[in-house]
Amino acid sequence: MTRAAGVTDAAGFDVLMPMHLRVGADGRVIHAGPTLRRIAGDRPVAGRALFDVVEFRRPRGIADMAGLWRRAGQPLVLHWRGPCRTQFKGVAVPADREGGLILNLSFGIALVDAIRDHDLKAGDFAPTDLAVEMLYVLEAKATILDEWRKLNGRLHSARLAAEAQAYTDTLTGLGNRRAMDHVLERLVADGQAFGLVHLDLDFFKAVNDTLGHAAGDHVLQVAAQAMSDVTRAEDTLVRAGGDEFLLILPGQVDGARLRDLSERLIARLQQPIPFAGEMCRISGSAGIAVSHGGDMTVPVILARADEALYAAKAAGRGRAVVYGDRRVAPAMAGAAGQALPRPDPAGTA
Amino acid sequence: MHGLVNRAIQCFVRDTYGAATWEALAREGDLPLAGFEAMFVYDDAVTDRMLDAAVSVLGRPRDTVLEDLGTYLVSHPNVETLRRLLRFGGETFEEFVESLDDLPRRAALALPELDLPALEVVPEDGRDTELRVACRWPRAGFGHVLVGMLRTLADDYGALVLLDHEGWDGDAEWIRITVMSGAFSTGRPFRLAGSWALP
Repeated sequence: MTRAAGVTDAAGFDVLMPMHLRVGADGRVIHAGPTLRRIAGDRPVAGRALFDVVEFRRPRGIADMAGLWRRAGQPLVLHWRGPCRTQFKGVAVPADREGGLILNLSFGIALVDAIRDHDLKAGDFAPTDLAVEMLYVLEAKATILDEWRKLNGRLHSARLAAEAQAYTDTLTGLGNRRAMDHVLERLVADGQAFGLVHLDLDFFKAVNDTLGHAAGDHVLQVAAQAMSDVTRAEDTLVRAGGDEFLLILPGQVDGARLRDLSERLIARLQQPIPFAGEMCRISGSAGIAVSHGGDMTVPVILARADEALYAAKAAGRGRAVVYGDRRVAPAMAGAAGQALPRPDPAGTA
Repeated sequence: MHGLVNRAIQCFVRDTYGAATWEALAREGDLPLAGFEAMFVYDDAVTDRMLDAAVSVLGRPRDTVLEDLGTYLVSHPNVETLRRLLRFGGETFEEFVESLDDLPRRAALALPELDLPALEVVPEDGRDTELRVACRWPRAGFGHVLVGMLRTLADDYGALVLLDHEGWDGDAEWIRITVMSGAFSTGRPFRLAGSWALP
């Protein structure tokens, strides 16, 4: 095609349309463009019947040359017959007076499958074809999507960490008030039964005042560990502030068992805690309330646990009281105030 | 400056000199220690501080740092995708160089807010194998990055070339490219279907 042979010459057509088929009136392929020859591989198409080489999908019903003639100039969708059923877009135009056709093809939306299946190069496309630019844009898009995905992953992890931090009491590692509100509201909204233990450390202020804040902080951490030891993984432990704790125990609505658990916890808290050569001695009082599932609001169950705690304190500390239970259990470790290492300064015992 | 540019410089320092060097550089330049996000846009002053810090921490001249950056961008496996995107520019090194005019437009197809230098390819009269590229950007120095990229891409294509950064003439940096042989070696293979297209 170095000289003016004109585009009626097959080599010229090959440059303009590397994916065209020249078909005779008898339906046999006379010539295939170089890219289609590459796709055909070791089963050359020249000489074979067009309808053995490709199958027309849309419009429906193109099964012979007459049918294809009627669709000349219209968009066609077809696919290759063979191991690789590559899909094409196409258009056919009359090539001669005898009834021959030129069918020009492109990959259309099946471009990615086609380059993968046939390992095509930029030179397999007409210089005017936008296929390579489309591949470039697809690759750039994949790269940028990947960057966004990574960024989203980092932001998601950062959000989870920030959320965990926002729900955590940094000193004890237990939940904070925000965690408590969240968990209680969810349990009530879901209508789940749960037990609530409102625990107040006794004589904590005395430790803080006499041995200092470092001792106080240590006591709080030991107390938190004790709570964690007597409860299950699915329970939520909250430091609601100061020396005040809440234990939220899903499914635990048996008052006697909750009192049992609280008494075991109080016994643990009464064990002297060594700190910097000194012994810190505390105790605890617990108020217990249960919700049988959606029967009360969060403020109501909190108020009940609070009321039971008040009753426990009033009855002499070192006790666990279940809301609504008239019988007040005897104080832990014998008579309140006596066996306890530090006398109750307010003298309520 | 687009985060992609800042992140490219960060990855170049980290992958070439190690994480400790990057941290020293970040402290020196008052940069985010955790590095840059590729999809954010940062103040231009941050990039300037980073380059100044790179020159001081790496103890190498600015031009060398920039050229090494260019080499890194098209050769390190961590940034393979950039090498691939550039190779879409042409089937041979000569075609690629002639497509440099289109580089900012190509980049904009992918990321409209990525502001790349304007490149102009000027053929040298009467010499088929020689041309000059003008690189225009508000900041001088990209020409050296381009030299590093072109040198490495020439190997990638298997071409033997001479490259010369001719300096700054007021509005552009000029690079002279002489192609000694377009097919000197086999180069590195390039397939249109990248890993993203594989099932």
